[in-house]
Amino acid sequence: MKSFGYNITEDRQIDFDANDRNVTVFINEIEPSILLCMGCGSCTATCTTGHFTDFNIRKIHTLIQRGELKHLKKEIMKCMLCGKCQLVCPRGVNLRNLILSIHTALEKSGL
Amino acid sequence: MKIEGKQNIWKEYQKEIAEDHFFYVRSCVRQNFFPGSEKTFLRILQYELKKDLFENPSHTTCSGIGYHTDIIPFETSMTMVARQFALMTEAGYENLVTSCITSFGLYSEVLETWHHFPELEEKTRQFLRKATGREFKKPANVSHASDIIFKFRKEIAEKSKYSLVNKDTGKPLRVVEHIGCHYSKMFPSKGIGGAEYPYVLVGMIEDWGGEVIDYPERRHCCGFGFRQYLVQANRGFSISCSKKKFDSMEPYKPDMILTNCPGCPMFLDRWQYAISEMEGKTYGENNQGIPVLTYEELAGLVLGYNPWDLGLQVHQVPAEPLLDKMGIPYDPEMKFRGADGQDLGKPEAPTTLKFYAKEV
Amino acid sequence: MSKTAIIIGGGTAGMETASQLARLGVEVDLIEKQPHLGGHLKNWDRLFPNRRNSDEVFDYLEKGMNDGISLHLNAEISNIRKSEEKFTIALQDGKELQSDALVIATGYEVFDARKKEEYGYGIYDNVITSVELEEFFRSNKQKNLLEGVASKRIGIIHCVGSRDEKAGNLYCSKLCCVTGVKQAIEIKELMPDAEIFCFYMDLRMFDRHFEEMYYEAQEKWGIQFIRGRLSEASENTDHTLLVKVEDTLTGLPLKMKVDLLILLVGFVPSPETRRLAAMLGLKEGDDRFLCPADEHTITNSTEIPGVFLAGTVKGPAGIANTITDARATAIQVADYLK
Repeated sequence: MKSFGYNITEDRQIDFDANDRNVTVFINEIEPSILLCMGCGSCTATCTTGHFTDFNIRKIHTLIQRGELKHLKKEIMKCMLCGKCQLVCPRGVNLRNLILSIHTALEKSGL
Repeated sequence: MKIEGKQNIWKEYQKEIAEDHFFYVRSCVRQNFFPGSEKTFLRILQYELKKDLFENPSHTTCSGIGYHTDIIPFETSMTMVARQFALMTEAGYENLVTSCITSFGLYSEVLETWHHFPELEEKTRQFLRKATGREFKKPANVSHASDIIFKFRKEIAEKSKYSLVNKDTGKPLRVVEHIGCHYSKMFPSKGIGGAEYPYVLVGMIEDWGGEVIDYPERRHCCGFGFRQYLVQANRGFSISCSKKKFDSMEPYKPDMILTNCPGCPMFLDRWQYAISEMEGKTYGENNQGIPVLTYEELAGLVLGYNPWDLGLQVHQVPAEPLLDKMGIPYDPEMKFRGADGQDLGKPEAPTTLKFYAKEV
Repeated sequence: MSKTAIIIGGGTAGMETASQLARLGVEVDLIEKQPHLGGHLKNWDRLFPNRRNSDEVFDYLEKGMNDGISLHLNAEISNIRKSEEKFTIALQDGKELQSDALVIATGYEVFDARKKEEYGYGIYDNVITSVELEEFFRSNKQKNLLEGVASKRIGIIHCVGSRDEKAGNLYCSKLCCVTGVKQAIEIKELMPDAEIFCFYMDLRMFDRHFEEMYYEAQEKWGIQFIRGRLSEASENTDHTLLVKVEDTLTGLPLKMKVDLLILLVGFVPSPETRRLAAMLGLKEGDDRFLCPADEHTITNSTEIPGVFLAGTVKGPAGIANTITDARATAIQVADYLK
């Protein structure tokens, strides 16, 4: 293939229909409280890891709902499972189980 | 798709287009990009439609490219536009027709600016007086050349020798239309059909027998975007924009793309070649591309002009598959010969994109 | 001789004002341009937040249409004169009505979704408004509406014609959010397999039990909410629609195919409200809704003695607030007539 000194950029747009949402469905079934998130971000605000790395549990949650699984495995390894996020969540989302379910889902799907 | 819904919107975006006596201003770049197009416009207007059209060889760039790449200040652009108006006034014309979409956008922008800020018009008059001693009247009508072809599309259809119909199947050819951003995205009311469902090219396609494809990325930019292209390192943005459109239109199997801007046909045509070289991907059948035509070229084909007189040989994506579908005869041997029959040599064939009907 | 009032508009506000004034001993002429009373209430199937049948509220309002109220249906006003504290209204059929007080209760109309050209309403096959969905629910044709839909993914677009300078409306229509959540739940009741996505900018669940409905929508019905405004919709080859938004909570542009797109159209003052305001010299706000004498304290009178306002002529409002407001107007009118 030729090079002309520039590249074709990959589209950043989430292509919802092209994404595989089996992992999403699996996780939502294990922990249905995930559906209650209203995106307030108090989990991320209180997250110790989030203060020192780019770990953002609110965003991880949202990306999973869209079927965006890139970098997921690396990201969830940053969580220390302290559970402060869960303490502040106004909707009672079981975020610790979200992380654990992602582990299970990724193992099962071989991602 | 409910056509009545679109027709209702089209009714809201009508514009006045002059009938005759045009002062024509050319584009800086089209004579390099698609050299037969402007000549074809003159031929259609003067010889088919018997219209009066005047050109002044001392007209210059409108400065639109410089303006949109941030190297020419607006005051300078306004003064250059004022000079073109002065040339028109001196020649006794008042209906301005621009070949270029960006010129059309800039003329419209300058007139709109003067409408809201009359002191800037007065200042521009002073600049022009000091620099050239010229005076001007504002045009009575500013139209883009595609507006004129749109206005006379039915007359062209009456004189037509070929139509946008597949001669083998009898079905209308499927056409993607793409208008330039500066045609109606700046001032929706100045473009036929407005910005969301522009009608200027659709009207031509329908009246010449074709069928318009409305595909999801129809409104996406062609990728020209001036600075995106002019700086080599930025060209990735440009080609990615075009690719997004091709990927979106591909499932609709378009027979051609019709455009009314200098930049859009350039990039929609040339980037098909670049994508094929970079990724091995082509968008037509059998590694062909999707032919991209200007509206003048298409009007010329419909009227039965020789494809090589229209300049179709400079297209990177060959137009021959379209000519075959429309049943237009052409001599492949004459494709790369000059007006006097002199052999100009043949371009190297691309790696993937099918350029010659037979291997050379 | 007892005092009289003319109420223009026979929707929720006009009916309740008439009913309360009649109860207070005022003789009322109620003018309605439609052949029936009830206004927009008649277009609703069930009401938020408890999804009760709208007919129950209409039945309540209709019970108030007692002696002392003269109904003028199919009545168009040609002009209004005020002289010596009396209002004279000429109807188009030549009839003239006189009164001591005038109540404007001509309400709103929904935003014309065709103005958001890029959403394709009236152009693409599967784009409808929330009003049309409600009509389908009401006429029990809902199965027909959704049977034609292939894979049953439905997008609900919030803020169509509201909070939008391009649509000429900076204000929030307040009730579209809850309408969208209500309709999402109702679609789920009919089609448990449907996937429903609400595209919103903010969810303004301001009133009692609204927030709980949002919670129920997520918890019980699995309705999904994507924070981002629709930029444009296009039609795919199979008549499904491609919607483009920014998923603002991930910071990424997003495209999604939906089978049906429902546009939550907001409130705009009805043309009749604006015509009467011009005729009487009533003050319009920046949002073109009518201004009461004071926004906090004198909310039902105008600067013109004897002219009162009730209901959504003053801005978006739901049924409960409209009924409360109508009662307040009735008391103000009765005080004025003393």
